[in-house]
Amino acid sequence: TVHTSLDVVDEKISAMGKALVDQRELYLGLLYPTEDYKVYGYVTNSKVKFVMVVDSSNTALRDNEIRSMFRKLHNSYTDIMCNPFYNPGDRIHSRAFDTMVNSMMMQVC
Amino acid sequence: MGFRVGQGLIERFTKDTARFKDELDIMKFICKDFWTTVFKKQIDNLRTNHQGIYVLQDNKFRLLTQMSAGKQYLEHAPKYLAFTCGLIRGGLSNLGIKSIVTAEVSSMPACKFQVMIQKM
Repeated sequence: TVHTSLDVVDEKISAMGKALVDQRELYLGLLYPTEDYKVYGYVTNSKVKFVMVVDSSNTALRDNEIRSMFRKLHNSYTDIMCNPFYNPGDRIHSRAFDTMVNSMMMQVC
Repeated sequence: MGFRVGQGLIERFTKDTARFKDELDIMKFICKDFWTTVFKKQIDNLRTNHQGIYVLQDNKFRLLTQMSAGKQYLEHAPKYLAFTCGLIRGGLSNLGIKSIVTAEVSSMPACKFQVMIQKM
């Protein structure tokens, strides 16, 4: 699911470059729904892609909430990037990041 | 030198900005927002040949204003620009542009950065 969604991400971005000049937000919205999951995407200016897979039965999550979750995720990713001991591209071993993600998961479940 | 710092800074600065249209858009961002945050002023002149070479001119570069304006330290001045070159290069690479950045000083507080974009 995640891998196919990356193709959709690419499609959306290349489409965005051409037509929609004013609609250049980092949040890409719902990429596509399947029977069991809904896939949401977010791409930063530095071409880092965040993908979130949500259970379709979870109707409590509105678009706005997903957006703010991505925001939070991006904020803490930025903190990691600004850590001089982190090499871009490496696996993220950060307690702050983990707790942030975990608390986000706790909130929605 | 400065590469990693540039990456980190760009990551932070572009967090809330809209997606960039193209290369020129990115260079404008570097000249205006990035330069203002780092050096408290904008780039004075941005020129391009539209084939991947950009020249950024700063007439009163912050790191050089503390030195005497005469010819005395002219030969040592480029050392103070190396970090900034790395900064630009790191920032651009994080935005998906590979580049080579060189700097030159012709008269004291002014300097030029030449950015050569490497096509991938």
